Amino acid sequence: MTNRVSYTLESTLESVNQAEQKASEVAARAGLAEDEQYQVAMAVREAAVNAVLHGNAYDPGKRFMVAYETTRDALVITITDQGKGLDPDSLPDPLAPENLMKGSGRGIFLIRAFMDEVKIRNTNPGTEVTLIKHTGRNAANAKEEEAQ
Amino acid sequence: MSMKASNRQVDGVTVVDMSGRITLGEGSVVLRDSIRDLVGKGQKKILLNLGDVTYIDSSGIGELVSAFTAVRREGGELKLLNLTKKVHDLLQITKLYTVFDIKDDEAAAIQSFTK
Repeated sequence: MTNRVSYTLESTLESVNQAEQKASEVAARAGLAEDEQYQVAMAVREAAVNAVLHGNAYDPGKRFMVAYETTRDALVITITDQGKGLDPDSLPDPLAPENLMKGSGRGIFLIRAFMDEVKIRNTNPGTEVTLIKHTGRNAANAKEEEAQ
Repeated sequence: MSMKASNRQVDGVTVVDMSGRITLGEGSVVLRDSIRDLVGKGQKKILLNLGDVTYIDSSGIGELVSAFTAVRREGGELKLLNLTKKVHDLLQITKLYTVFDIKDDEAAAIQSFTK
């Protein structure tokens, strides 16, 4: 069984907070543990910040979309903006010594650290970021497969 | 919960008690303004008490790094006190745990500043 709900939000920090809050609620309903709820909420926050700040650049004429989908074995959240697009391969490594003391550039890194799968797609124009967290008993199997 | 910061002086060290969320927007601005204000007044021994900080995002981490760099550039010291587990884990993941001087006892932290 699949449940899906989506929202179209203004390019504001208030919307970022709303997307984060909703992620926390959806993660709790999906049965994730408290620390996983926090991870999902933070990943959504970081992706939403990227959409508003770097994608739409706070343009009041642009919106970003957040879709929350709960499947039998995963929570899938998709954040889409209307910005100029993002090349994930061009992002500097925040752990590299020359970047360690920089004041920004850790958002995508944290998203990848907190989610089981992350897909970034250029939608010309715009960027679509898909965040996947495995839920339930299948989560353990997926992690084992990934480790092999 | 919005972020709050209040200062107190202990043996020549400014302890900044912070509470709430350090995130993009208000939280990061409060931290940035607090540090800028202290450095501007010549107070360069700063202990950031993060015990009541419930949440930090990547912008907040960046602001901590910028604060650390700004104070050091002026010849001062900035140390962190009372990290919650979430903040501790974030600094571990981002490899910043060894960059910051992190303390869990205020009296010992005060004593550790250069006299």
